[in-house]
Order: sequence, then C-alpha cells, then structure tokens
Amino acid sequence: MEKEEIIRQKYEARQQLLKTWPGMNEDAKNNIYKEIQTDHQKLIVLEPQAEQGRRQTLLKLRADLEKQQKDLQDIDALLYRQMTTPLAPKPNFLKNLILAFVVGGLICTVGQLIMNLFMANGVVEKDAGTATSTLLIFAGAFFTGLGVYDELGKRAGAGSIVPITGFANSVAAAALEFKREGFIYGVGARIFTVAGPVIVYGTLISILIGLVHYF
Amino acid sequence: MATNKAGKQTLIFPYAPVIFSWGTVVGPMEGQGPLSGYFDKIMENDLEDGDKSWEKSEQGMMQHSMEFALEKVGLTGENLDFYLAGDLLNQIISANFTARFFDVPFLGIYGACSTLAEGMTLGAALLCAGYADKVGVSVSSHHETAERQLRMPTEQGVQRPLTAQWTVTGAGTYLLSAAGGGIRITSATVGKIKDLGVGDANDMGTAMAPAAMDTLKTHLQDMNRKPEDYDLIITGDLGVLGLNILKELMRQEGYSVDNVSDCGVLIYKPEQDTHSGGSGCGCSGVVLSYILQKMLEGRYKRVILLGTGALLSPTSSFQGESIPGIAHGVVFEYS
Amino acid sequence: MELLLKAFILGGVICALGQILMDFTPFNVTPGHILVGYVTVGAVISALGWYQPLIDWGGAGASVPLSGFGHLLAQGAIEGVKKNGLLGAIGGGIEASAVGIAAAVIFGLLTATFFKPRG
Repeated sequence: MEKEEIIRQKYEARQQLLKTWPGMNEDAKNNIYKEIQTDHQKLIVLEPQAEQGRRQTLLKLRADLEKQQKDLQDIDALLYRQMTTPLAPKPNFLKNLILAFVVGGLICTVGQLIMNLFMANGVVEKDAGTATSTLLIFAGAFFTGLGVYDELGKRAGAGSIVPITGFANSVAAAALEFKREGFIYGVGARIFTVAGPVIVYGTLISILIGLVHYF
Repeated sequence: MATNKAGKQTLIFPYAPVIFSWGTVVGPMEGQGPLSGYFDKIMENDLEDGDKSWEKSEQGMMQHSMEFALEKVGLTGENLDFYLAGDLLNQIISANFTARFFDVPFLGIYGACSTLAEGMTLGAALLCAGYADKVGVSVSSHHETAERQLRMPTEQGVQRPLTAQWTVTGAGTYLLSAAGGGIRITSATVGKIKDLGVGDANDMGTAMAPAAMDTLKTHLQDMNRKPEDYDLIITGDLGVLGLNILKELMRQEGYSVDNVSDCGVLIYKPEQDTHSGGSGCGCSGVVLSYILQKMLEGRYKRVILLGTGALLSPTSSFQGESIPGIAHGVVFEYS
Repeated sequence: MELLLKAFILGGVICALGQILMDFTPFNVTPGHILVGYVTVGAVISALGWYQPLIDWGGAGASVPLSGFGHLLAQGAIEGVKKNGLLGAIGGGIEASAVGIAAAVIFGLLTATFFKPRG
C-alpha cells in the first residue's frame, strides 16, 4: 500500500472521533494531535517527489489533515470557552449605558448651545452648524492634549466616542502619540490611524450615494 | 543521555545556582501599590526627567536595575560571564540597548511575560553546565510603550475591558552565581505552547492559564510532587481572571489551590483600577524580588514561579490569530 | 430650552446605541468600528431621507454625533449631483465635509505640536 493510502485510512478513522472528542482525556487527545502532525510531516516530504497526478492526491490529503487538525482544535477551544465564560467578570451594562447616554447627550447639548449662540448673532443655520462642528473638534483635540479626554472616555465609552469630539480625539491622540517618531513619519503619517478609515469609507459611501442619485 | 533531566521537561540543577543579588526599578503607579517598600527605586514619573521618550525611560529602568544589582555586591558588568535580557518591545530594544552599557557577552531572549523565568532557566543551565560563574538576567516592561505598541494610542478615550491587564512599568535584574549561599534555583520546567483559541489581546489571562496548568502539572509529575510541597505557587502573570481559571483547572485535576497566587494580582491594590491586574515582563520581574525577600525572612522555603507569556504580536492580533500561551516553571529554595 | 432638552435626549440615545453595539455584540467592536459604522450608516439613512427629520427635531442631538457627519457627506453628494452632475457626485460629499476634516487635521497637528503625551 502506498504511504498516502495508509495516511488516508488513519485520517478516516480519526474522523469518527470528532463526535466523541469532547469526552476524551488529555493524553489521548495529545496522541491524536501527534499522529496528525506525524502524518503531515510525511506528506510534506512526499509532495515534491510526486508526479502531477499523485501530487494532487497528496495535496488534497494534506488539506484534509490540516482541516481535521483545525476542527479538533476548534472543539477544544469551544470547550475551554464554555468553561471560562462563567468566570469572566461582567461589565456593568446599565451603568455603561446610562453614562454613555448622559455624556453623549451633554456633549450634544453643548453643541446646541453653541449653535444657538451663533444663530442668535445672525449666522445662518448651515454655517452655524459648520462653525459648531469646528469648535467641538477644537475642544475634542484640546482636551485630548490636556490628557482629560481619555479619562472621560474610560467612563463614558460610546458617549465620548460617537460625538464629533470623539473623532477629534482619535485624530489628536494618534498624532500626539507618535510625536516622538518625528513630524513626517510620526505625526503626519499616524494622524490618520483612526480618522483615515472614517474618511476613506465616508468618501466611498458619499460617492456611491452621489452615483445612485446621478443615474 | 540527559543526566540532569527529570521526567519529560524538567531540568534538575545538581549544583543549584544562587541568586546573590538583585535590583528593581518601578514606575510611580507600582510605587503606590502594596509592594512599594520592596523596590530599590520608584520613579517619580513614567517619563524620567531628561528622557526624550518612554522607550528611553524603559531602557533606563532596565539599566538602573542592573546597576543596583551590581553595585550592591560591588561588581561591574565585566564580572559577569553572560547577560540574558528581554522585554516586550519589537526586537527587544530595551534589552539590546541596555547591553551596550555593560561590557558583557549578551544573549537577547523573548518570552513575553515569561521572559524572567526563561532567562533564569537558561542562566541556571549555563552555570550548572560549567560555562559560567556568574550570570545576569534582566527584564523590563513599561505601560506606555507596551500600550502604544500592542493596543491604542494612550490618549485615546476608550473603555478598557474588565478582563484587560495593566502592563507594569518596572524592571528587575537578578544575578546568579555557581557558588556561595542563599536562595537557590533547584529545578526548572520548560513549558510547551498551549493555544486554546483565545484571540482577544485584552484577555491574556484566559489565553495563558492552560499553559500555566500544563507546565505545573508536568512539573509536579516530573518531580513526583504535590502542590502542597510548595509554600507558594506563583504565576507571573495571569491576572485576576487568569488566576481564577487556573484555580478552576487545578481543582478539576484534584489539586489544592490554597497556596496559589499571581504576580499581577499582588502588585496593585484593587482600588488602583487596573481591572484584571498587572502584566508584562516587569511584573514578575519586580514581584519576584518581594518573594525572595519574604524567603530570606523565612516565610517561604520552597516557591515555584510559573512565568506565563502571551506570545502575540500586534500584527497577529489584527490578522485574527489566536494567542499562543507559554509557561516556564522555576523553583526557588531557601533553608 | 426645549431644543436643548431634545438635543440632549436624541444625542444621548444615539450614543447609548453605540454603547449597546460595543457591550452586547459578540464581536470586538473598537472605536474605529464605531466611528466608521456611524458615518456610513448615517450617510445611508440620510440618503434615504430619514436623517433630516431627526435634525429638524433634535438639532445638535443629531448633527453632533458622527452619523451627522455621514449626513453631511450624503447631502453633499446629492447637492453635488444637482449642481455639477457626475463630478458633483464624486466630489460633493468631500466638499461638504471639507471644513470638518480640515479642522480635525489642523487641530490634531496643533495638539501634537503644543502638548506632550502623558499616558
């Protein structure tokens, strides 16, 4: 019998184990893992010597072995997750939610206040909106510089990420962080670490919307 | 035939090397922790005066810890035969740059948070094999340098998950000698990689606990011992969650868990808001000095340090790879 | 005063939604995902004509969250088509949001110049 036929047979025999795997003890599992690895190693050596037809069989067999290895590991991972999940600390969802609501709401209220002030002084609504955004972006960046915004973010979560100040924070934090790598490859390049994806996909979606409206 | 090996993975040191000096430097936050009285130097700021970057400060910490360790026993770098050091930064720059200052043959090592245990194992082996009389082992980590490398910019306002560990700002150096009296390294167990599919860089304790369990179990089998044969089994560093998981795994195995603790749990007070406790090479790197002092005071006679490492990189994290965990056990005895 | 209260409520709800996304989904949702998600979803909702009513009701409560940025992009693209046809479809969104992006870049740069990262 060719080597690959023996390996194939062993592979098929192991496939039957998938169902009983969770109940097996650790040593037995380790032996199976070792067996798979040993067969894998044999295949790797056979492959380069084989002619075209046989090579296809070998490649297929190797792919199957790797899949089997992965499947068994996935079962182990699942078992482990089932064991550890109950032990993990649970975040205080309600507190997080309330804090996100209050802080996010307050930032928006400040935005509304600024906007009202602009409009009371005769700025048209559209420009007032833009000016408000600019001021909020300034505030987000400024408080990042003071080292205050990350403290706020620790508590408020999405409440400080979702408003435009959070966007400014992610831009300023990245820029500030890489200051020591210089202004070109540090600040200049890294400033878009988080803002880059926002601009990329914002641009993409706006163009898609534009095209839909055009046609 | 490997004559000094017990069982599958354990090195026995017949002429057990002595830890004859050590030095530790920590950051301000660790200085406010419960172990503050045991460190040689507490920095006032994460960025030492005059340093241009956090990376520079981390390298400085490692250098200073080495200088403390050497000066306490009146030696200089050239009195050492080998210097083994590692840290968390890419290409272990803190260790490489520190070695510039000491005129000593240098081997850089990496095992994430297990680096100290790895270095001590290798150092003890060099001494026992007769290749050296004195060996230095240094490790360091720094909260800001590690965070910016592995996670997010530090000024970004994000919520850290409750499972996240806080990288310790600290460095420790331990000098080992083939002769003399004191705390001895009697055996060490080199661990295997264990990966049970945990991919969350904010949950390293869960990723590393199986490796700690595997190494502990192998060690006890190899040495034919029980957990009770140790006054202290200390992992470095699983954090609060990882320690709980390890205890659960140990209970399933029928082990007692009364004498199990973790460096990451010891180093901070609960109210310091680190979530799952400390991590990083520097965590076991500085907490070990506390353990050693307790041993000298007679509180512990035999201790095993299980240095645990989460061997991930930022690249592997983004590519969705799971985290391979490792643990090496080093046994200290004093009588 | 009533407008302020409405802005508070609507802004709060939109942010709380983000928190739910982060806490209650099995995926590891980072700020990057939240920001990108809000902009794109906001733009789509706006293109469907559902975002303007939110702004009419809650003012800054709808325009300050990043979904408002998406609204700006979408409306810019639609306006652009009306004014310049195909070219407007491509450039309209960026044009409308140009001030915001420029402000973020310049204030980010200034922050990096004048502050030190403190960790």
